Amino acid sequence: MSFIQPDWIWGLVGGLMIGSAAAVFLLFNGRIMGASGIIGGLVDRSGWGTWAERVAFLAALVVVPALMLPLYNVEVSTNITPNLAVVIAAGLLVGIGTRLANGCTSGHGVCGISRFSLRGIVATVFYLLAGGIAMVLFRHVLGVI
Amino acid sequence: MQRVIFAAIAGGLFGAGLLVSGMTDTNKVQGWLDVFGAWDPTLAFVLGGAILPMLVAWQIASRRAAPALGGTFPGRPDPRLGHNLVLGSVLFGAGWGLVGLCPGPAIASISWGGTGGVVFLVAMLAGMVAAPPIRAQVDRLAAA
Repeated sequence: MSFIQPDWIWGLVGGLMIGSAAAVFLLFNGRIMGASGIIGGLVDRSGWGTWAERVAFLAALVVVPALMLPLYNVEVSTNITPNLAVVIAAGLLVGIGTRLANGCTSGHGVCGISRFSLRGIVATVFYLLAGGIAMVLFRHVLGVI
Repeated sequence: MQRVIFAAIAGGLFGAGLLVSGMTDTNKVQGWLDVFGAWDPTLAFVLGGAILPMLVAWQIASRRAAPALGGTFPGRPDPRLGHNLVLGSVLFGAGWGLVGLCPGPAIASISWGGTGGVVFLVAMLAGMVAAPPIRAQVDRLAAA
């Protein structure tokens, strides 16, 4: 599906799909579509009362894009760094950080900002700033990524 | 059963959107965060595009008594910001910048993300297990 350029059009189309998914989850299930909260509630047992919804959401989140891969005429890659030490450090930071903050890009960003939630806006400002600073520090200063 | 079906519809549409938007490609995410490199504006279109349907959805929710499948709409969270919100967001942002994956795309891309994708997801889950005691420790320090 790379026949339409530039990429921002696909960004907008995909973004509308992400927002529509969040709208379905809110208006039908009455829940905030936050990826870190949905999986985090299974990990720390705080969300076991709604395990079936969470498992169904996560299963479809994995299966549907996997089924779409053949639509692409180029190889789809995450282009993740081969440096596993960096990957482990980043994974730990994302896991700890999203649970401390009670949300990530989907919960605070998509669902929070659209509700004019001060918490969502503040969280988004801080994770964007931290991400930008991480790029400067680890790519341009230290050269490790 | 309906709740499970609609959760799957939401999850599937979310995953499809993440793939279509390019957010499962760490180069695009890091390209957005790297304002001093070859800056890539895609993420702004993704976030903007995702907020639009939700602006409408919150308006609809405010006019309805309950979600279509019953239960209650999520209440407004405690408006106080708190140290955990800021500290957690900074830690999350640092990890997001390091590798270019946040929780949604990390899960969505697990079938094609290779070893790195699996290692990231396992580390993220380990971090989530470690978070409650870390939060308790942070709260103790903040109260001191």
